[in-house]
Amino acid sequence: MSMKDKFNSLKVWLAGFSVVTLVIGGIIFGVLSWGGFNWAMELTNTEQFCISCHEMEDNVYMEYQNTIHYSNRTGVRATCPDCHVPKEWGHKIVRKIKASNELLHKALGSINTREKFENKRLKLAQNEWARMKKTNSRECRNCHDFESMDYTAQGRRAYKRHIKAVDEGQTCIDCHKGIAHELPDMHEVDASVVVGQKSN
Amino acid sequence: MKKILLAGTILIIGLAGVTHQTLADEQVNSLRGDLALDDNSTEPEMKNWQLDRDPIERDHVKQPPLIPHKVQGYKINLKFNKCMSCHSWTKYKEAGATKISQSHFEDRENNVMANVAARRYFCNQCHVPQVDAKPLVENTFQSLPTVK
Repeated sequence: MSMKDKFNSLKVWLAGFSVVTLVIGGIIFGVLSWGGFNWAMELTNTEQFCISCHEMEDNVYMEYQNTIHYSNRTGVRATCPDCHVPKEWGHKIVRKIKASNELLHKALGSINTREKFENKRLKLAQNEWARMKKTNSRECRNCHDFESMDYTAQGRRAYKRHIKAVDEGQTCIDCHKGIAHELPDMHEVDASVVVGQKSN
Repeated sequence: MKKILLAGTILIIGLAGVTHQTLADEQVNSLRGDLALDDNSTEPEMKNWQLDRDPIERDHVKQPPLIPHKVQGYKINLKFNKCMSCHSWTKYKEAGATKISQSHFEDRENNVMANVAARRYFCNQCHVPQVDAKPLVENTFQSLPTVK
């Protein structure tokens, strides 16, 4: 059966329904497929999904548990997707498509041991820093917005530098690196924050 | 001779008894307070780290300065030293922090290094943050007037 024949037989089949049935059926089909798609995507947007890979669970998830985004005085917690996946649909889809590269590296076993992960840590961290820098730390600002920050309630170190940061157009990740995971070896980034020689 | 020895021994025992009695009268308490051995001690009030403030005055010459801010979550390891992200020579002006002393760049043979010496790397071995804690026992310590 050629393509044209298939199309014609579909037309014949559809002609058997009234317009009302077609419209209502179309709406139901649309809602179900759209909802199902988003439901499936949200499944990949949970902490449980992220740490279903041992690469995530054994390395970055362990480190994150010692940080303020995991446990703090108010009991508000930011989980993996809160920081690593955009909230808006368009940006989210783009990030999800890019994340398919991570599936490839999962299959290749690029970071399937602690050693491999540590060797790649600088590059991985730099990727994430670059992403946040590019989007003006969009995911941070879902919770931490300069607009809604009361500087007077902050410590004096924080408020001085935050005001300066606003004036100079800095973004969160410029200063707040390594707050939810361990930092990579910083020799190549800033040698003044490390002891004398490069560690191996 | 025997009588003298006997009298002496009795006298010593007697004195010891009196001294013991005097000490017992003063009621020496342990830091746990006046509690029976099998009692639970009272829970001390939880202390919070002090918020940011001006540098704390030193009490004696060569005292490592105390840390006048919170340092919770600040990590120091082979890959990174959080303190240095403000106190290093390249950052202190921008951060408004105290500059790390030049003495910290010398190794134990007094060779001057280009970066912080390994023996000075672990800041919180000497520099510590503070809570508002009162001394547990009274003391008459006074800081040197020349370094205040």
